[in-house]
Amino acid sequence: MEMTPPPREAVPLLRVRQLNVRYPGCVAVQDLDLTVRRNEVVALVGESGSGKSTVAGAIAGLLPAAATVAGRVLFDGSDMLTLPPAALRDLRGSEIGMIFQEPMTSLNPVLTIGTQIAEVLRRHRKLGAAAARARAIELLDLVRLPDPHRRVDDYPHHLSGGQRQRVMIAIAVACEPRLLVADEPTTALDVTIQAQVLELLADLRRQMSMALLLITHDLAVVGQWADRVAVMQGGRKVEEGTRDELFFAPRHPYSQGLLAASLQVEPDSHHSRLRLAEVRHGTDAATGTASLAFSAPVRRVVPAPVRADDAAPVLAVRNLVAQYSSRYGTISAVKDASFHVGRGETLGLVGESGCGKSTLSKTIVGLIPAVQGQVILDGTDIAPLRGRALRVHRAGVQLVFQDPYASLNPRLRIGDALEEILVVHKAGDRGERQRRVRAMLDAVGLPAAAAGRYPHEFSGGQRQRIGIARALILRPKLLICDEPVSALDVSVRAQILNLFVDLKDEFGLSYLFISHDLSVINYIADRVMVMQKGEAVETLGRDELFTSATHPYTRSLIAATPGWPQPAAPAAARLARTA
Amino acid sequence: MKYFLRRRLLQFIPIVLGICILNFALIQLAPGDLAEVVAGESGQVDSAGGSAEQMAQLRAAYGLDQPPHRQLLAYLGRLLSFDLGYSHRFGAPVAELIRDRIGATALLGVSSLLVAVACGVLLGVLSARFRDGWLDRAVSAAMALCYSVPVFWLALMLVVVFGVKLQWFPIGGMQEVGIEAAGHWARVRDVLWHMVLPVATLAVYATAVYARFTRASMVDALQEDYIRTARSKGLSEWLVYFRHALRNALLPVLTMVGGSFGELLAGSIVIETVFSWPGLGKLTYDAVVNRDTNLLLSILFLSSLMVMATNVLVDVMYARLDPRIELDGGRR
Repeated sequence: MEMTPPPREAVPLLRVRQLNVRYPGCVAVQDLDLTVRRNEVVALVGESGSGKSTVAGAIAGLLPAAATVAGRVLFDGSDMLTLPPAALRDLRGSEIGMIFQEPMTSLNPVLTIGTQIAEVLRRHRKLGAAAARARAIELLDLVRLPDPHRRVDDYPHHLSGGQRQRVMIAIAVACEPRLLVADEPTTALDVTIQAQVLELLADLRRQMSMALLLITHDLAVVGQWADRVAVMQGGRKVEEGTRDELFFAPRHPYSQGLLAASLQVEPDSHHSRLRLAEVRHGTDAATGTASLAFSAPVRRVVPAPVRADDAAPVLAVRNLVAQYSSRYGTISAVKDASFHVGRGETLGLVGESGCGKSTLSKTIVGLIPAVQGQVILDGTDIAPLRGRALRVHRAGVQLVFQDPYASLNPRLRIGDALEEILVVHKAGDRGERQRRVRAMLDAVGLPAAAAGRYPHEFSGGQRQRIGIARALILRPKLLICDEPVSALDVSVRAQILNLFVDLKDEFGLSYLFISHDLSVINYIADRVMVMQKGEAVETLGRDELFTSATHPYTRSLIAATPGWPQPAAPAAARLARTA
Repeated sequence: MKYFLRRRLLQFIPIVLGICILNFALIQLAPGDLAEVVAGESGQVDSAGGSAEQMAQLRAAYGLDQPPHRQLLAYLGRLLSFDLGYSHRFGAPVAELIRDRIGATALLGVSSLLVAVACGVLLGVLSARFRDGWLDRAVSAAMALCYSVPVFWLALMLVVVFGVKLQWFPIGGMQEVGIEAAGHWARVRDVLWHMVLPVATLAVYATAVYARFTRASMVDALQEDYIRTARSKGLSEWLVYFRHALRNALLPVLTMVGGSFGELLAGSIVIETVFSWPGLGKLTYDAVVNRDTNLLLSILFLSSLMVMATNVLVDVMYARLDPRIELDGGRR
């Protein structure tokens, strides 16, 4: 308590001092200092497990009871950590608004969205039922939800993910808070929706003069929206500075590694020209502290990407139609798709959720029967095959899934899970099978001891390596990778992408590489096919993607993908720092 | 909704038919000769010394000389014309017997269901609220006890303690003899008084089930992201628990309630016998003991109808509570 309080505007809105958060058995946040000034956008960046969401919880007093918190979180002068619960509740929703990552689950499924918005108004603004409802409709209009008068009585399940996130924003800004804490607000959304939601947040922030604490793993989002950035790793803040300082003059090796491991949507960011940097976390054997190493990105000159040998492609799909039935009837997920994947080629398939990417991949491997059309794998049409004949040919094309954990049987040791595939396909005797399992684990960069362990003993990146090993063990000619790096952190993603590039040469593979993320497709693909609502709307060479895309949907995808900040301004910043 | 009800009612037809055939077959397979029972009850023939001729006449009169499939068809035919037959044990039409008793059983069943749901949900919410605290542990231990104690033993103990020793509650029957004369409200009070022990006995097991289920369901619901959203709005814990968590947590509990309705009917057999409650449960017991085929078949038939009807009711209520469920299976 100062004797003469400084003028209000001079005090930062939020000052976090020496914040320490401990859960039973682990330290989540250590000695964190963070300042958010009025009207400022501060990004808190880090990978999963870095403690960034715990910081958000601590600021709003929303940590689970098991957490032990020390330090100070001063919001406008009052310490959030020592306020009585009632006073804390008065601030939450009124002075501090929060938006979370999962729009699909963050709204109560049994209450209308109108009720859920009105609730916060009635709590803090003491509005009556009718006034709160009227204001809720205004807010829905403000967050640009079409037809708010009708939509106000909808339940969350009537809304798409992007619309739900708009409702979450309406709840968060309903009382015009002074600080908005957004924890990965767009991570679960498609890229075009992400752009709209971030745009909306920026507009509202200006209108209501709110400060924004943006918590994210996505450096491209940071580059577009943040004024200042704090980088967290392993519970500690390793670096803080203006956006340009971070992007063009990062000081800490972790920030440098993170930037080098990130994908940029530009022509030179392609596997034939650039090997991504790999950040590796480890423990220093001598001191016992966490250590960090990263390999610099390697520029390389590889001969131009293999041109597809159109005469004998490894996969040719002709006029494929695929459907699945739901309670709403039969849905045509793939309408008349025709394309091919040449030998040694990577065909990138990009499109937003629900466009039919996954149905297409399942139809190609025969998990969903094709309604019509041909799937010619290495010269044989496998679409009409069933049973044993299909099984024989299915070995030639394998899938790698997005969620490696969900696609591994938790009760099978990795070695057994891999060997089982060989048993099913009657490959060799026991000794031969085990030799192949060991060789495959080695090929994907896992130690031989991994064979004896269970899935839960591996990290996300290691599980994806297992997923790749499982797909490769039958020596397929074609690998269909369905969002294989979407669930991974930036640094792990770089490792896995490098692995895909290496394996392609080593095993002579071709890839059908599916992703919603244009920056991933841009890096890995030789040709790109854009899918929208079950139809392939455009297919072009990877280098032509940014120059000659003609379809409006392709263009909107490119426009919505956040670019890297341009190094025009940073010259000044660099000068200022050295001065 | 209309479409849903029509479809469900159509689904009833094969199920009801199956139940009737199954019931009929079970009774056919049970040992004993119906004709002898009829003969004994009606006093026409002394079952020990009855002549073969008289027995044959009886069999012919009740169609018992027909092959089983003909008897089944005859039974189904009578059901279709709402003829439930005649009870030889009670010397009255079955329909009349059931009509007289169904009210008493419904009163007992519905009351204990309401008590069990109310107590179970409340205890479950409290346990989840003070999860792993002393209250949670105490409730958990008490519920384990309620869950495992045999119903007939509990009924007898309640009678001994509260009926005989303390004499707080009457030990049997539904009302005092001649209470009608004391006026309407006195009678209501008297019936309520008589209900305490049987309802308590019947509700104990169900309360334990609902409490455990509600607790688990609440603990799950409280982990959900929308609870974090509710807290981030600055809502009081009371609102977070009762408006946001409980409404979601109740959905699986509701399914439980629907499913346990049949158990309640089964439980009432023991309870009504112990407390001499003049309901269907006691009637069922009498029908089984006396091999009163028509009565037993009709009670089984009615109970299965009731269980099915409850399930439809639960489905409808589920759709009311959970807007994601649309009974007619279409988009809005």
